[in-house]
Amino acid sequence: MGIEVKNLTKIFNEKKVLNNINFKVEDGETLGVVGFSGSGKSTLLKIICGLLYPNSGEIITSPKDADIAMTFQYSALFDFLTVFDNIAFPLTQRKEFRNKYSQSELKEIVAQKLKIVGLEGIENRYPSELSGGMQKRVGFARAIVTNPKIILYDEPTAGLDPVSSTLIENYIVELKKELNASCLVVTHQLSTIKRATDKAIMLYEGEIVYKGSTSELLEGTNPYTHQFVTASIKGPMKIKTL
Amino acid sequence: MINVKKTLFYRGLNLLWSEIEEFLVTLGNIGKDFLRVLKTMGTLRVDIKELMEQCSRFSVDSLPITLTIVAMTSIIIAMQIAPELAKQGAGNYVGSLSALVMVRELSAIMSGFAIISMIGSSYASEIASMAVTEQLSAMRVLKVDPVEYLIVPRFLSGILMMPFVVIVSTFCGLLCAAVISNITAGITYLNFVNSMWHGLFVKDIFVALLKSSFFGGTIALISCSCGYSTRGGALEVGISTTRAVVWSFVAIAVWDYIFATVFYL
Repeated sequence: MGIEVKNLTKIFNEKKVLNNINFKVEDGETLGVVGFSGSGKSTLLKIICGLLYPNSGEIITSPKDADIAMTFQYSALFDFLTVFDNIAFPLTQRKEFRNKYSQSELKEIVAQKLKIVGLEGIENRYPSELSGGMQKRVGFARAIVTNPKIILYDEPTAGLDPVSSTLIENYIVELKKELNASCLVVTHQLSTIKRATDKAIMLYEGEIVYKGSTSELLEGTNPYTHQFVTASIKGPMKIKTL
Repeated sequence: MINVKKTLFYRGLNLLWSEIEEFLVTLGNIGKDFLRVLKTMGTLRVDIKELMEQCSRFSVDSLPITLTIVAMTSIIIAMQIAPELAKQGAGNYVGSLSALVMVRELSAIMSGFAIISMIGSSYASEIASMAVTEQLSAMRVLKVDPVEYLIVPRFLSGILMMPFVVIVSTFCGLLCAAVISNITAGITYLNFVNSMWHGLFVKDIFVALLKSSFFGGTIALISCSCGYSTRGGALEVGISTTRAVVWSFVAIAVWDYIFATVFYL
């Protein structure tokens, strides 16, 4: 078991943003988290990676203090650092890694991670000199530099062209295989769900309204997923809450 | 029936309360960040490379504007007092008066204002931008404490480098005052320097250095704290930067009053 979320509830200003969420993601498995804007997807990721505290419930990881990495919707690269310094950042600044690696070892590790995401030779460039897709891939390289066992992707293909999206989806699959990690992918893109995830949950008003396989989500008869997949304004999900 | 909520009095009271609330929240955030900084400094974990970089930025990068402001202020003061004192037959006191004004007050205050405008505002805006673009969140997810990485080196650089900036700007200010006194009132350089040493005490220099250290630390802490607590978008980055500048101005004025009261009253 990679990660288990048990009875998770989060309340903001007396509103339940997440209500009694339960799911498991095994090692080497990718869970897609879908839902309309404001359904609590990003809040869920922030709680899992420790940026927010839940009001109740727990997150169980295996091993207990498993390293959790997260990639952000807008990459969140440190714009004052080069690509090399961005990727090496956790290894040079984190307590347990500080002074552990020599400069040549760091160069080797960064080059290897950049190779995994298909971006060799851009170590000396700044994030502002990269395209959106390249920034996302550098964000991936930074996230996996410590070989995490759990990887969270927040809207990994948002704002990218279809070809770049496919490339990113392929990397999500490859990284999972490479690290045998448990992955959570928050996305609106059906192509990402189809290509990069093994199973999925759908959130609506902070509750899970679908839990099952990706193929069933895309082709099944659940009224919520059907409305989502067909992009229909008619269905159980009310327009005012979208 | 009068709707109380629509009355001018109610709205005025509401506005006043929101201002008080904002004041208390900002004060609370600064206090909280100060405690975090102290806690981190207690662990003796400081990134030396980052500290050196911030020291260079705080001192070298700010010197041109600081020296210009302090020099112009001292030139104006010398232009005003040197001819008048010379006319009254008190030309011997020009150096002493200039030194007192510069060392005790003007140099530190004017350098502080220059540094707030140049360094404090950039600290606030860059950390605020990092906050709204999730870079601070990314840092936390990567298990690196943003307080340790961003605020502590800036805070220490303020404490360490502000006295250096004040020493250089005082020297520059006094040099300008000597030149202007010589041109406008014919006071010789030797006379100016002799008078200067008569008016100054070691205590003045000690207090000026201590005060400048407090100014530097306060400017860095307030600027970083205002940036760090930013939520939202571009508008909030601007609001945080303005808040950092205003709070820093007020804070160093308050420190100046406290120092004057404690050491000279």
